[in-house]
Amino acid sequence: MKCRDVVELMTDYLEGAMSAAERARFEDHISGCDGCRAYLEQLRATRRVAGSLASEPVPEALQQELMNAFKDWRAGSGKPQV
Amino acid sequence: MSILWRGVGEQLHDSELRALKAGDEDAFSALVQRFHGSLIQLAMGYVKDRAIAEDVVQETWLTCIRSLDRFEGRSSLKTWIFGIALNIARSRGRKERRILPFASLFRREDGTSGPTVDPERFGADGMWKTLPEGWSNLPEARVLGQEAMTRVREAIDALPAKHREVIVLRDVAGFDADEVCGLLSISPENQRVRLHRARAAVRKMLEDYLS
Repeated sequence: MKCRDVVELMTDYLEGAMSAAERARFEDHISGCDGCRAYLEQLRATRRVAGSLASEPVPEALQQELMNAFKDWRAGSGKPQV
Repeated sequence: MSILWRGVGEQLHDSELRALKAGDEDAFSALVQRFHGSLIQLAMGYVKDRAIAEDVVQETWLTCIRSLDRFEGRSSLKTWIFGIALNIARSRGRKERRILPFASLFRREDGTSGPTVDPERFGADGMWKTLPEGWSNLPEARVLGQEAMTRVREAIDALPAKHREVIVLRDVAGFDADEVCGLLSISPENQRVRLHRARAAVRKMLEDYLS
């Protein structure tokens, strides 16, 4: 396998979307190729950094406004205070 | 699949929906905080600035509150919330595009075919000419620091819409592949292709920053 082609298969690999034979060929290449191993590791790191964007504080004003709306809804629907 | 990168992808339990329907403020507040970053990132793909993205997120939650009594839990609570956010963000984006300059209609729809890695990186034999660097030796604070996050955020914002939606839902919001196919009404193959192109583009930007 050529590195040029292997890089285009990396998501299929990470997604578990390969046949057993494809997977074996892919892993065989990766085990002997520092460049492709590094590239795969970079893709995993990219995923981790993207995942870190999820933790972001809610602006105080927005939080307050949403809590008020939730309390209004609860009051309007006759639910007890929790 | 590693637990670490799944972020907010964990399933919400029925008990959370019950708490919400019962009017539990803490349960609502926890949800708002848990999904805020993902919802903002999703909205940013459709609108021109952060203030409007926050409007979209606000409208999303207000819609959720109004519709909560009617939500029967046929999909997961998280899928329901993000589905509402997608609708609101898309419709807001359509309204904005009507008043934006003509050129912005054509923004960033390139990169939808061809190789995801610069062909110059490979020799005539198809093997690496210049090897990608391993990042595991770099300090964690550099790879996962504020600056890297900012670069990744910008790279995601700059992706074509179809790629952006998928990477935000998968890698930021932590949905699994099936859920994303359902939310976007796309096939598993299509989902994978979009995810591949999106991750490759964001990786490239991160490589430029880290090297």
